Amino acid sequence: MDKMPAWADAVLVPLISILLAAALSALVILAIGENPVDAFRLMVDGALMRSAGWGYTLYYTTNFIFTGLCVAVAFHAKMFNIGGEGQAMIGGLGVALVCLFIPFPHWSVGLLVATLAAGAFGALWALIPAYLQAKRGSHIVITTIMFNFIASAVLNYVLVNVLRPQGAMDPATAKFPEATRLPTFQDIFATAENPLFRGSPANVTFFLAVLACVAFWFLMWRTKLGYEIRAFGHSESAARYAGISPVRITIVAMLISGGLAGMMALNTTMGEAERLVMNATEGAGFIGIAVALMGRSHPVGIFLAALLFGFLYQGGAELALWTNIPRELITVIQALVILFTGALDNMVRMPLERIFLATRRRNG
Amino acid sequence: MDFATLLQVLDSTVRLATPLLFACLAGLFSERSGVVDIGLEGKMLAAAFASAAVAAVTGSVWLGLLAGIVSATLMSAIHGLASITFRGNQLISGVAINFLASGLTVLIAQSWFGQGGRTPSLIGGGRFTPITLPFAEALSGVPVVGPIYAELISGHSILVYVAFLMVPLTWFVLYRTRFGLRLRAVGEAPEAVDTAGVSVIGLRYAAIAICGLLCGLAGAYLATGLQAGFVREMTAGRGYIALAALIFAKWRPWYALWACLLFGLLQAVALRYQNIDLGGIVIPVQVMDALPYILTVIILAGFVGKAIPPRASGEPYLKER
Repeated sequence: MDKMPAWADAVLVPLISILLAAALSALVILAIGENPVDAFRLMVDGALMRSAGWGYTLYYTTNFIFTGLCVAVAFHAKMFNIGGEGQAMIGGLGVALVCLFIPFPHWSVGLLVATLAAGAFGALWALIPAYLQAKRGSHIVITTIMFNFIASAVLNYVLVNVLRPQGAMDPATAKFPEATRLPTFQDIFATAENPLFRGSPANVTFFLAVLACVAFWFLMWRTKLGYEIRAFGHSESAARYAGISPVRITIVAMLISGGLAGMMALNTTMGEAERLVMNATEGAGFIGIAVALMGRSHPVGIFLAALLFGFLYQGGAELALWTNIPRELITVIQALVILFTGALDNMVRMPLERIFLATRRRNG
Repeated sequence: MDFATLLQVLDSTVRLATPLLFACLAGLFSERSGVVDIGLEGKMLAAAFASAAVAAVTGSVWLGLLAGIVSATLMSAIHGLASITFRGNQLISGVAINFLASGLTVLIAQSWFGQGGRTPSLIGGGRFTPITLPFAEALSGVPVVGPIYAELISGHSILVYVAFLMVPLTWFVLYRTRFGLRLRAVGEAPEAVDTAGVSVIGLRYAAIAICGLLCGLAGAYLATGLQAGFVREMTAGRGYIALAALIFAKWRPWYALWACLLFGLLQAVALRYQNIDLGGIVIPVQVMDALPYILTVIILAGFVGKAIPPRASGEPYLKER
């Protein structure tokens, strides 16, 4: 046996990768003349030590769970969906349309319909790249990148020319009706004597995201479709011999992936802004790549990775507020995480494997 | 549209096509050797910042250019390390490089210049100035040909001419030299190149170095020629448009020129006119913005000729033992 134990593969490799990314990030902070220890303490203070900080952290976490799951579904089918950003933008359009034009009696009904709309719009935006990959062999990575730009142009057009209220200057829709307002954590948990989560945007969509994690696990490891997706991802030829249609799996996996990305828009559009704005996604679609890689495409890992990135995002905002370190530090950390857990995986894995084999030989 | 306006649009087409052309040829070298590069955007951005920053500090645009090339080549080296040496996923590595450049440029710009993630505006020797070709003044009186020569062909900065000269040069290197033959071979059948006793890894690193050099030129032109200084995210998707042009051109140098000019024209038109009225049908500006991407998807779908990438692109090479 020349393999590492499974726990080392699942826990040790990502952990070392994150430590490497953290060490390099600390060096970057040092290089721009700030103290990394102070910076870290400030981030923890701002993101985790107050309930309002948690409110923001969990708000970002919600976004990243959805986009992380989106990338992960595609990864299981051995596809790389860079289009989460565009799919989330179009998902937002779906949310905005139902919220603006259907008079909902209660937010719960609104959330249900909006979830369906967000998922359907996101899935539809992923359908064309999926079809082109499955039927015409055009590479999904390139087409999804192109579709991000096309989505941005579509959204720009719709917001400027169609959905912008008369007289308004900024490209955004009108405010959604009061009935579609989702309860925030403040509404749910705060009491008169204990005002928890004050002013923070975390809302019920967080529970939807957790539910999505469970559903993802069930789909991937407990259903026939999930088995087929994973089999297809492991070996396309073997899957084909087993009677699994590559066209069907490619399209279905991408539809699920796009749908999950679209649902992210529930949190930003319905939960936070309560109207559709131009840059609602804020790059969360791309952070999903880092989250899925770090979480090893497993829902538990994705939840933890999304939490970490939620913390980084909120902590980064605090840093930008109180120090001379701009928010872009988080982009650098994100890049390093993607680099180490995704592209330089072998650099971490190969020495580790050697160590494990050496100790085993000594013992055996 | 009168002749003078047409010339102006074409003139800005040439200038806007230049960074696309550099980046597109950069991608061509890399992908022809079998290394997929979606990190063109990041390399351009890094080079744009480095060249503007060094040009602003030293006042010399040539030192800036050098810094741009060095920084883009360093980014290439990371990509090479990940995708050639450690046989990682080239797409993921490219994504990482784009984010790395996007974050680091603003971070360093803020720390050095404190102007909200931009460099000071470049003045005097910090920029590439237009070159007036010989006889441009004298010939400008000649009808039709005169203005074309004086306004369209003359009066660009040196890097524009370098970019257009790179096209025949790339063609020559790829199709008329031994290095080019091996480069194309390593992108199609690396095992054959290896059997012939030529280093696959060496060739791919050479291709990636050329890619870095060209991305450096692209970024430097953006910050010191087209504009006067670096602003955050100034590449604005040009790396992806270059990638689209590369697919549009089916990985061939002369076609790359035409693809980049076409996409440059689209940008020039979108910049000049907000909405275009075609006899009653108004084309919104967003259509012009999205057109390069839509065209690329159509080409990729194989409805207008099939775009087939080099066979071994995206696959790390593992020597048999």
